[in-house]
Amino acid sequence: MRIGLLYSRVRVEERLLIEELERRNIDLELLDVNKFQAEIHDPTPWQRFDAVFERCVSQTQATTAVRVLESFGIPCINPSAVIEACGDKLTTSLILARNGIATPRVRVALDPETALEAIEQMGYPVVLKPAVGSWGRLLARVNDRDAAEAIVEHKSTLGSVQHGVFYIQEHVNKPGRDLRVFVVGTTPIAAIERRSAHWITNTARGGQAAGFQITPEIDDLCRRTARAMAGQAGALLAIDLLETEEGRPLVSEVNHTMEFRNSIATTGVDIPARMVDYVLNIAERRSVNRASQAAAIAPTSFTSGPVGVA
Amino acid sequence: MSATPTTATACTCPECEANVPFARRPLQGEVVRCPDCSAELEVTALDPITLELAPEVQEDWGE
Repeated sequence: MRIGLLYSRVRVEERLLIEELERRNIDLELLDVNKFQAEIHDPTPWQRFDAVFERCVSQTQATTAVRVLESFGIPCINPSAVIEACGDKLTTSLILARNGIATPRVRVALDPETALEAIEQMGYPVVLKPAVGSWGRLLARVNDRDAAEAIVEHKSTLGSVQHGVFYIQEHVNKPGRDLRVFVVGTTPIAAIERRSAHWITNTARGGQAAGFQITPEIDDLCRRTARAMAGQAGALLAIDLLETEEGRPLVSEVNHTMEFRNSIATTGVDIPARMVDYVLNIAERRSVNRASQAAAIAPTSFTSGPVGVA
Repeated sequence: MSATPTTATACTCPECEANVPFARRPLQGEVVRCPDCSAELEVTALDPITLELAPEVQEDWGE
């Protein structure tokens, strides 16, 4: 069995995953996404892989490479559909809403004036987020009309085309923490709470992580979220939850290239090992299928011997 | 700008010229932090080990 690990930077997470794969003596090939190129009419060079484990920091690079590899019939973890569903907050919100999964209210607008109207209608405070992006970057809590006008103008003037999409989320007055649940397939395997004095609690922004015991309510919510985002087989996902003042959990975001360096010791769960289990299970299925297909098309061999001599 | 390689398990920071030690042999593309100036560095070659300043975070980077 051969696994490709598609990466752009080897961070602590990738190092841990590589070490776990090596510990299991897996035939592993590291694929630098910056060196990725493929002739779309010739999948042959890529058929050596039973699965490709995607761990790029760039969503654009990840989606592009994975779409090509999927078209060659190579299972990728996560699939491009999952990357696209998770990588765009509006797409995520639409999927969650369509599937009846508890999530903060969201309005979307495509014009600065209309965005201001939408913000006023939603009521202050609101949170403006870039539809694409992560690590808590460029989030803005907007408390009043003055701030709304300033942020909308800045986004319109300074931002890229993407910032012309105004993703407006209700501000959830969370109790000083949010939750992150790690899901393998559709099974929540571990969770942390992230606390910060700041309203942004991402660990990338200084939030402090501690282990969190998954409740039956959160377990069910995350299983339903995983199925909504990735189908019955699920995926490797980190689901971010906010809690209302009444303690009701809401799905805020779903991440497709989970970072877990602060969550192994805090949860006591060997997250990279569980991720590798999942990847190898998918690769094993492909490996078995390929072997059975090869056997089916191989010419039948006959035992040689005297023929037609009566 | 790239750093001058020193030994197999250490390299010079391209930002502040401090010694950046490696507890084990790094991987191509590995991201490390300079213990002196905290610059984020990327291993761009292995033989010899070469460090460059890691690229700035792009708009679509994340989880």
